[in-house]
Amino acid sequence: MADVKCAFIVQRPQYKGETSRLAITHALAYQTVEILLEDGDTVTPTLCFIGDGVLGLTKGQKAMETYGITSTETHLKNCMLVDLHILVCKEDLERFGISPDALPDASEMGAEVSINVVPYSEIQKVMEEAKHVLFF
Amino acid sequence: MGVLTIGVFPGLVGNMAYDFALKLADAAVKKGHKVNIWFSGNAVASVKANQKHLKDYSTGEQYLKSLLERGVEICTCEACNLARGIHRQDAIEGVQWNAMHWYLAKIFEADRVLHIGGE
Repeated sequence: MADVKCAFIVQRPQYKGETSRLAITHALAYQTVEILLEDGDTVTPTLCFIGDGVLGLTKGQKAMETYGITSTETHLKNCMLVDLHILVCKEDLERFGISPDALPDASEMGAEVSINVVPYSEIQKVMEEAKHVLFF
Repeated sequence: MGVLTIGVFPGLVGNMAYDFALKLADAAVKKGHKVNIWFSGNAVASVKANQKHLKDYSTGEQYLKSLLERGVEICTCEACNLARGIHRQDAIEGVQWNAMHWYLAKIFEADRVLHIGGE
């Protein structure tokens, strides 16, 4: 039995390119990876948004109406519903004038975890503790 | 020898990151390492068969076939392909089609992961 910790670091804004969205969907796949692993083995991702990556995370998104695609907000809520750790850099939110209250939560859907706004030092710690760090 | 998993997200044509990833895989295999390659995003179009190698454009097919022949596991994101109108019957033989958990499983077994993000 083993657990492999991975840090998914998103540095680019949502909707500008595909990669920042793929970070979220790849992290979500931790829910189904067990079918390809030995019993008891797990992958634990932490999804971290830093720099320009903190853009496009706010609630109230109308991506389905506007673009016909699932919104980042919906993806984030799905992450919270499966207890994925999500960290957003506090300093970068402040730099863009985004209030932590603007970030979505999924408590009304039954999620027990929420997005954590943390100092960059905590994200740095996650990267140091992860076996693999993936930059999106 | 180690296990190297490479996630490739940039497109085949337009920058040299894709080219770099395959050449790195080739070098690792030559040193005796086990290599896994995951394609997602724009990189998935590179699994389409019958690419014509024009001198002004990078090509993936000949490198992919060579890597497959030497035991490299190569998998492409099925959803990314289907969204781009690329179907399994059009793809290079030997390339696996799966979902994102394949990449995570190969990350699990890897000694090193090189994740090459896309555009």
